[in-house]
Amino acid sequence: MANQAVLGLYRTPEAAADAVGNLQQAGIGHNDYEIMTGVPYPEGTFGEPPVRHKLYVFPFMGAMIGLTLAILEGAGTQLAYPLVTGGKPILSVPPIIIISYELTLLGAIVFTVIGIIFESRLPRPALGVYDTRITEGLIGVVCTCPEERVEEVRGLLQRAAAIEVKVGQG
Amino acid sequence: MQDRRTLTDIQVNETLTNTVLKTPLLWYVILAFMGGIVMLGVVAVGLLVNMGQGLNGYNRPVMWAFFLTNMVFWIGISHAGVMLSAILRLAQAEFRRPATRAAEVLTVFALATAGLMPIVHLGRLWRAYWIFPYDFSRGIWPDVRSQAVWDPHAISTYLIGSSLFIFVALIPDLAVLRDRTTGIVHSIYTMLAMGWRGTVRQWRLQAIAGIILSALLLPVFVSVHSIVSWDFSMLVGVPSWHTTIFAPYFVIGAVHSGVAGVITVLVLMRWLFGWHDYIRREHIDSLARLLFVVALAWFFFFMLEFMFGLYHQEGTEMVVRELWLFHAPWNAIFVIFILTAFVIPVPLWLFRSVRRSFPLMFFTTILVNVGMWLERFLLIIPGLERKHPFTFSWGEYAPSIFEITIITATFALVATMILLFARAFPLIPLGDAKEARVLRDEIRIGRRTVQAVLREE
Repeated sequence: MANQAVLGLYRTPEAAADAVGNLQQAGIGHNDYEIMTGVPYPEGTFGEPPVRHKLYVFPFMGAMIGLTLAILEGAGTQLAYPLVTGGKPILSVPPIIIISYELTLLGAIVFTVIGIIFESRLPRPALGVYDTRITEGLIGVVCTCPEERVEEVRGLLQRAAAIEVKVGQG
Repeated sequence: MQDRRTLTDIQVNETLTNTVLKTPLLWYVILAFMGGIVMLGVVAVGLLVNMGQGLNGYNRPVMWAFFLTNMVFWIGISHAGVMLSAILRLAQAEFRRPATRAAEVLTVFALATAGLMPIVHLGRLWRAYWIFPYDFSRGIWPDVRSQAVWDPHAISTYLIGSSLFIFVALIPDLAVLRDRTTGIVHSIYTMLAMGWRGTVRQWRLQAIAGIILSALLLPVFVSVHSIVSWDFSMLVGVPSWHTTIFAPYFVIGAVHSGVAGVITVLVLMRWLFGWHDYIRREHIDSLARLLFVVALAWFFFFMLEFMFGLYHQEGTEMVVRELWLFHAPWNAIFVIFILTAFVIPVPLWLFRSVRRSFPLMFFTTILVNVGMWLERFLLIIPGLERKHPFTFSWGEYAPSIFEITIITATFALVATMILLFARAFPLIPLGDAKEARVLRDEIRIGRRTVQAVLREE
C-alpha cells in the first residue's frame, strides 16, 4: 500500500514542537517526519534529534583529488615535455606547492558544495506535500505514513493547533 | 542607538524580492547608462584587436600599464567580499547579515572583470586559452614555473569558490522566489531551487556549509592577492618591485579597498532599493570601524614599503621615490593618493556622526578607492619607467583614450553585472534577515530596555 504524506501548518514554533511531540508519542520514528520552515531555527527547537551527516568527509575527498590533479599538472606536465627554460630545474618545488595549494583548496570547495547538495537530499524532483506559505513564516510538519494511519496522524497534527492539515502522496 | 524595527516574514519577502519582482524604474535608467558605457568599452577593445596594441600608450620600457593596474585594483575590490563574508560568518558578527551577499556578489563580478584585464592586455585575446593545460595532442604544456600560470590558477580557484559560495547560500532564497512567481519564471526558479523545502536538515547543512566554505575560502583569499603581488615581486628585472613585503602589502591593500567597496555598494543598495530596514546606521558604523583598523594596518605596510626603499639608498629605488615625490605628474598623483586613501577619510571615521552618515560614508569610501587605484598605478608604472639603471633607457607612459575608455567601461561592467544580478536574485539573504528576527530579544536592565541578539553556542 502506498505511503501518504500528511502536512500540518503552524503559526508558531511552540505549536510545531507540540505537533512533533505528538508524533513522537504516537511512536512515529524521526525518519518519518520532517519540519519545514522559512527561517533557520536553532537546532532542537522542535524537539527533533540532531542532524546526522557526513559532510565533513567531502572536503577531504575533494582536497585529495585536487592535490592529485595539481601534482599531475605541476610535475606530470613538466616531465611530459622536459623543456629547460632560464636554467630552472624541470621539477621546481615552489611552483608545484603554489599550484597544489590552489587546486587542493579548489577540490575541497567543489566537493563541499557537492556534499551540501547531496546531504541536503537535493535535487528533489517533486516537492511532495508542500505549502508556499512556509516561506512566508508558517511552519510545516510533514509526516509520511501508511494509508491506514493517515487519519490518526491528521488528528495528531490537528491537536497541536494546526491552522491547516493537508494530505498528499508520500 | 539601533534603529531596527520588527518585520514579518512576508514583509521581508516583499521588500527583499522587490528588486526581482517589482524592479524600480531607476534600475532601468542606471542599467541603460552603464550598459552604454560598457558598449563603448567593447568598441574600444574591438578596435584594439583590429588595429593592434599600438593604440595603447605602451612604449618601452613600460609595457604593463593601465590594464594591469586595473586588474590589481579589481582583484583588490574582490577581496572584500569573501573576506568580509567569511570572517564575519565565522565570528558570527550580527552586522554581517545585510552585507554578506552584496560582498560576495561584488567579489565575483570584480574578479571576473579583473580576469578580463590580462586578456585585453594580451592583444591576441583569442589565444588566452594557452594558459590552461589543455593540449594533449602536441604535448606542450604551460610553464608552471611562471607567475603568469600561478595567477590564473589562483583567480580561477577564487572565482569558482566564490560563485559556489553564493550559489549555496542562494538556494533558500531561490525557493522563496519559486513560491512567489508564476509561469516560466516560476519554472526557472523551481529548477534552480532544486526542490528546497527548508527542512531542519537543509537549514542545518546551510549553516555548516557557511562555516566550512568560509574556512576554505579564507586561505584562497589570502593566496590570491599574494600571488597577484608575485606577478611583480618575483621579477628581478624591475628592482622597485622586487620586495618581500609585496604579498602582505597587497593583501591588506585589497582588504582596505574591498571593505570600502562593500560599504559603497551597501549605501547604493539602500538608496536604490529603499532597504532602510535592512541596511541601517549600525551596520555602516560597524563596517566603518573595521575599515578604520584595516586602513591603519594598510598605512603601516605602505610606510614600510616606502621607507625600506629610501633606507637602503639603492639607486633604482631612489629614482622611483624621486619620481613619486618630485616629478609631475607623479607627485600630484602621489599627493592625491595619500589624501584620498588615508589622510581625508581615516580621521573622518573617528567621528561617530560620519560613520553613521550614509552620504559621508559613501563619499569617503569612494575616496578610498580613488586612492587605492592610484596606489596600484604608482606601484606599477614608475618602477617600469625607471627599471633600467641607465638614463637613456628610461621611458615615460601616458594612457591613450582607448585605455581610459576600457578602464571606465570596467567600472560600468561591474555595476551592470550587479544590477543584472539584483534583477534575478535578492541582494540581501532572506534567510539571514529572518533569522536575525528569530534570534532577537530585548533585555530589561534597570530602567533601560536593551536590544540583544541571541547566539547559538
